[in-house]
Amino acid sequence: MLKRTIPLIIASIVGIVLILAKFSHPIQSWETEVVMWFDILAVFAFVLGAGNLNLNNLKKISERKAGWGYAAITLLAFWITLICGIGKLGVPPNEKYLAYAWSGSYEAEGSAFWWIFNYVYVPLAATMFATLAFYISSAAFRAFRANNVEASLLLLTALLVLVAQTSSGPMLTDQIPEESAWAIFKIDTIRGTLVNLFNTLGTRAIMIGIALGVVSTSLKVLMGVDQSYLGGD
Amino acid sequence: MDKFWNSLADLDRRWLFALTFLAISIPLLTGIVLPQKVTPMVENVFNAIDELPSGTKILMPLDYDPSAEGELQPMADAFLRHAAQKNHKIYFMTIWPTGVAMIQRQVATLKKEYPEYVYGEDYVNLGYRPGYEGVIKLITSDLPKLYGADQQGTPVAKIPMMADIDNIKQFPLIVNVSAGDPGLKQWVQYAATPFDSIEIVGGTTGVQASTLYPYIPNQMIGMIAGIKPAAEYEKLMFEKYPEIEKRPNSNMANVFMTSQEVAHFMLIGIIILGNLVMWQTSGRRDQS
Repeated sequence: MLKRTIPLIIASIVGIVLILAKFSHPIQSWETEVVMWFDILAVFAFVLGAGNLNLNNLKKISERKAGWGYAAITLLAFWITLICGIGKLGVPPNEKYLAYAWSGSYEAEGSAFWWIFNYVYVPLAATMFATLAFYISSAAFRAFRANNVEASLLLLTALLVLVAQTSSGPMLTDQIPEESAWAIFKIDTIRGTLVNLFNTLGTRAIMIGIALGVVSTSLKVLMGVDQSYLGGD
Repeated sequence: MDKFWNSLADLDRRWLFALTFLAISIPLLTGIVLPQKVTPMVENVFNAIDELPSGTKILMPLDYDPSAEGELQPMADAFLRHAAQKNHKIYFMTIWPTGVAMIQRQVATLKKEYPEYVYGEDYVNLGYRPGYEGVIKLITSDLPKLYGADQQGTPVAKIPMMADIDNIKQFPLIVNVSAGDPGLKQWVQYAATPFDSIEIVGGTTGVQASTLYPYIPNQMIGMIAGIKPAAEYEKLMFEKYPEIEKRPNSNMANVFMTSQEVAHFMLIGIIILGNLVMWQTSGRRDQS
């Protein structure tokens, strides 16, 4: 009862009220209230996430599972960053309240948290992302092959988009007059057709499908048919 | 000849890595800038900011992290310089925890290049609030409810430019730079689409662009998707405001674009070569 029925009733009532709030002026402010609850709850998600991170990694370390060293580094990084941020280590005081040592912001320039973000996180994140360029070139050589009709079409499209995404690519067909029948072969026109016609049509179809799926799932949740969000016993 | 194709088929990928490194780094180091042809969408985005009366309130959510900084920072800088050039009032915020540092970079640029901009009167940093798209939904009806204070902890009641702000319907334009979800898509869905008074333009990564094109032009004026449109935006900005071009790092998108151009042609070459190798060696390998 407490585990399933009451949560189901709460979910149904809140959902129905929020739908009604869209159409009924007197209860429109309720929507704002509920969204505010959501935003407050989102803060607790960080606490849950941190708890989960600690639990899983401590378990991995205590059981000496493969890669437990990485788990130890993860935990170390987490706690150092958290302590530096919450403890405001190295934070200069706010210009307005110089007498109070902790009045500055946790991410103020020169603070330990600021240093970790700029000199550890930023280079690591940028390096991880930049490494993709090297793997893309390797994959382009080994995997991007015109093995069949579908792959050939994909390859041709990719080549056209790659050329269109350069400054000089579209200039290759600049000599074709706009009003001529050959204008459809201008690289800009081809790219425009690919993006505005094929891509937009495909994406819209997917989006409409997703929206219908969301409506259907929401109705199931409101009516208590779908209880998967409550988890298993 | 067979030996040549077979050696290519077994090419050590480190040669490709080295080629990629050279293709990207040489143009970056030389700083060569190529001419850009401005596309209509970039022109629309530029005009959206440029045609607003001086002093218009602009909401600038920066929803990205350092991994996308290479692609997004040049366009965020361009938007910032353009808005400051027009003396617009800039309201920074983010729904990404890592966006706080990205806003800090923008604030530093403002302080350095536009010292006449006064905090609290011309720009404000509202910082980060958790809740993803829930934040957007809430501030469409009640902004001070969620943002009781700015990033420094100063109550919004004490910030002059926040005095008449009840919700984001009071911002005629949202200029969002985003690297994923929640980001530009959610700003379009929850802020710009339900309210006719809010217009939106955005900057986003190239990979995210395909999911956002369907919103243009009815729900979103336009977007800068990747480095190439950002370089076009810089070109438009330099044409209208030549003084910006003299500022350090103001043409980063154009410098990056040269690098991207060479890398794209290198990729095209690699793809063609890979297929030639396949055609030349597949028959013989099947026989063997």
